[in-house]
Amino acid sequence: MSFDASTARGDLILTRITKEYGDFKAVDDLTLTIPKGSFFALLGPYGCGKTTTLRMIAGLEEPTVGSIHLGETDITTTKPYQRPINTVFQNYALFPHLTIFENIAFGLRRRGIKDVDAEVNKVLNLVELPHLAGRKPTQLSGGQQQRIALARAIVNRPALLLLDEPLGALDLKLRRQMQIELKWIQKEVGLTFVHVTHDQEEAMTMADTIAVMNEGQIEQMGSPADLYDNPETAFVANFLGQSNLIKGTISGNDGDSIIADLYGQKISLPKKRSHAVDNSIYAELIVFEQNDDGVAPFNKGDAVNISWNPIFTFALRGDEDVTAGSEVNPEVLDEE
Amino acid sequence: MGKIRTPYLLLLPGFLFLFTFFILPILNLAQTSTQTPIAGGDTGQYEQTLRFQNYIDAFIENREQFSRSFVYALIATVLALAISYPLAYAIAFKGGKFKNFLLVLVVAPFFTSFLLRTVAWKQILGEEGFVVPTLRTIGIISPSTTLTSTSFAVVMGMTYNFLPFMTLPLYASIDRIDPRTLEASGDLYANAFTTFRKVTLPLSMPGVVAGTLLTFIPAAGDYVNAAILGSPNTKMIGNVIESRYFKIVDYPTAAALSFTLMAAILILVTLYIRKAGTEELV
Repeated sequence: MSFDASTARGDLILTRITKEYGDFKAVDDLTLTIPKGSFFALLGPYGCGKTTTLRMIAGLEEPTVGSIHLGETDITTTKPYQRPINTVFQNYALFPHLTIFENIAFGLRRRGIKDVDAEVNKVLNLVELPHLAGRKPTQLSGGQQQRIALARAIVNRPALLLLDEPLGALDLKLRRQMQIELKWIQKEVGLTFVHVTHDQEEAMTMADTIAVMNEGQIEQMGSPADLYDNPETAFVANFLGQSNLIKGTISGNDGDSIIADLYGQKISLPKKRSHAVDNSIYAELIVFEQNDDGVAPFNKGDAVNISWNPIFTFALRGDEDVTAGSEVNPEVLDEE
Repeated sequence: MGKIRTPYLLLLPGFLFLFTFFILPILNLAQTSTQTPIAGGDTGQYEQTLRFQNYIDAFIENREQFSRSFVYALIATVLALAISYPLAYAIAFKGGKFKNFLLVLVVAPFFTSFLLRTVAWKQILGEEGFVVPTLRTIGIISPSTTLTSTSFAVVMGMTYNFLPFMTLPLYASIDRIDPRTLEASGDLYANAFTTFRKVTLPLSMPGVVAGTLLTFIPAAGDYVNAAILGSPNTKMIGNVIESRYFKIVDYPTAAALSFTLMAAILILVTLYIRKAGTEELV
C-alpha cells in the first residue's frame, strides 16, 4: 500500500477528519476535497486548525478520526517520507549544514533519481537563483531562502505542494512580489498547491479556491470573489473585510428580493444573497454618506444618510454573533 | 589612552596567574626532564645535563602503559558517546519542561567527590556488591571470575566519571537543532535512519567533537580509576608518572613522560579535529 502511495495522483480528499489533543479539538469533523491542479488556500486566524490540517496532509500528524485519500489511495497512516507530498515550511527549515545545491538535491538523492545535477539546475533557474548553488542557507536573505525552500520542494514534482505561511517572514514589498511569483510558478509547473495562511490578502491574491476555517471547521468555501461579495456567516464577513452589519427583520417579499426593515428603513436585498433562516437578519450596507459638513467623524447617536447598492449587500442569520471574526482580524496595516 | 589600556589591565591578573602557575611550572618541568642523578648523590638529587635520552628511555620502558592509556581512553570515550547520545537526544527533544531538571541529574554526581564515587564503584563491582553475585547466578560470568582489579572495571569507572563531559556538549549541540529540519528531512523522502545519518548527526557534530575531546583528553591522563579499580596489570601512564614522582622520586623520567603524554595527546587531537572536519561544522 505504501508502495503505491508514492506514485498516487489525483484530488486530495479529506473525509470527516478530527484531530484531538486531550480535550482540545484542533480539527473538528472536517470534510474537504482539493481538486488536482488547483491553488487552494486554507485561511483562518491563529488556532483555527489550518496548520494542523496541513500537518495531517503532510503526514506529520495522524488524524484521531477520519481518512485522507490522494486520488484512489488511502494515505491516512502513510509515513511522511512515503507520500508524494512536499512542504514549504514556515521558517523554511533549510538544512544549515548543506549547500543550497545539496538542500535542493536532498529529496532527489533519497529517491535515487539519476540526473540530480540537471534537475537541481533547472529548478534553480526557475527561482532565478542559479548563482547561489554553492552557498550555505545562512548566507542567503529571507526572500532567497524562501525561494530555495520552494525549489527544494517542487524539484520533486510532488502530487501536492503544501505551503505553511510561506511568506510570513518577508517584508511587505517582497511578499507582494512573491505572491505573484508563487502564482506564476504554480501555473508553470501545474502542481496542486495547498496554501495555509492567516493573511486574507495573500489568500485572495493567489488562490483559486479559499476555505475559511474557524475553530476546527470550515466556515465557507468558494472563490475569493464569492467569499468577499457574498459571505454566509458573520465570521467570514468580518474576517475578510470589516463589514457594517445592521440588525433588522424581514418584513416582506418582492419577487427575487426580500424586503428588510432596518430600524424603520425599508431596503430590498436579492434573495440569493440572503442567508437568513428566519425573520431576523443582519444586513450589510456598504455605502455610507457623511453628514453635511463632511469633515467631522461620526459619533454615537449621530444621524447619517445611508445608501446602498443591492448587488453589494448581503443578509446573514439574525442569531449570529455580529462581532465573530472581527476580534481575530489581523491588523491589515501592521506592516505599513 | 586610558580607554585603550583598560582591556590590558583587566587581562593582567589572568596573565600573571597563568604565567606563575602554568608557564613557569612547564618550563621547570622541561628543565627537569633532561636532568641526570648526581653521581654519588642522595635519592632525588639531580643535576642539569640536557640528557634527551631520558625521553627515549622513559618511553621504551613504559610503552605498554602508554598504549594501554590510549586504548582505555578510546574505549571509555566510545562507550560514553554511545550512552550519552541517546541521553542528550532524549533530554533535548523529549525533555519538555523537565529539561533543566534532567540536566541537573546529569551533573548531580559532581556534587560528590570524584574519589568517593570511584571508591563506590569498587564496592559495587566487589564480591560483596550485588553485581557479581547476580551475574554469577544467571551464568554470565563464571563463579571464579571477579570484576574488581580488571581492565573492565577501570574502563567502566572512566566511562562513568567522564560521562557528563560527553553529555553536556552533546546536549548543547542537539538542543540547537531546529526540529523542523528533521520534519523537512522526513518530508523529503528520508526515513528515520537516513534522517539521523544525513541531518541529525551532521548537525550535532560540534557536540560530538567537543564531547569526545573533553572525555578522551582527561581519560588518557587519568590515574585515579586505574589506581582504585585496577591492578598492576592495568596501570596507565598516569599511574607511572604518579609513582615516579611521589614514590621513586625519579623526577626526570616523570617529567619526560609528562611531556611525551602531552605531545601524544596533542598530535592525536590535531589529527582528529582535521579528520572531523571543522569546516563542515556550522
